[in-house]
Amino acid sequence: MSEEQDIKKIMHVMRRAPHGSIYTYEGLEMILIMAAYEQDLSVAFIGDGIYALKKDQDTAGIGIKGFSKTFMALDGYDVEKLYVDRQSLEERGLTEDDLVVDVEVMDASEIGRLMNEQDVVIHH
Amino acid sequence: MNIGILLKEGPYNHQAADTAFKFAEAAIAKGHKVDAIFLYNDGVINATRLGDPPQDDRNIAARWTELSLKHGVEVLACIAASKRRGINDEVMIEGGEITGLGTLTDIAIRNDRLLTFGD
Repeated sequence: MSEEQDIKKIMHVMRRAPHGSIYTYEGLEMILIMAAYEQDLSVAFIGDGIYALKKDQDTAGIGIKGFSKTFMALDGYDVEKLYVDRQSLEERGLTEDDLVVDVEVMDASEIGRLMNEQDVVIHH
Repeated sequence: MNIGILLKEGPYNHQAADTAFKFAEAAIAKGHKVDAIFLYNDGVINATRLGDPPQDDRNIAARWTELSLKHGVEVLACIAASKRRGINDEVMIEGGEITGLGTLTDIAIRNDRLLTFGD
């Protein structure tokens, strides 16, 4: 696994709101484990997936532990490629300043191009 | 081609388990190697042998056992997802196994393709 050609490009795609279903949370758990394997990881947030990164979430009312702050830990796991779909952001009236982490905002076509480059794409 | 499969939905409620099985069967028939089926999210519920579907319906759990025993496909349930949903060694189908997400990472790395079936 020390050879560079053995490093795979793996993209995780977050597509859903953080609560309402478990997909985003278990997706994040998967990312945290994969981060230990020194692969070329990235995470794309599209559609309601961008809500996972929204600042000031308060989950007390639904009695479920919040996890938006865990996304802030990704940097410490060397998962630095976080991509957000520009249109998804605009449609929801959000800007980069509303998000808990630094992301690259890009057009859908650019995210599509990056998806094409991946060895593995896993949607959540 | 070497293929890994990630299955993210439980049986019956969603068609993903049926489609994943049909895909695996067809790929094997075409001479491809299906390395493993990794069960995640509600997909781990595919691994319980406690299900008892009507006689005139397909038995999805039995299909995974068949893939494992007949074709050497590893059927693997994520331990963290399993613990949440009451899946453990005691209820595990024949040919199935509990494992960790590190194994999924290995499956993603060592195969030519990782195919995801889910919602």
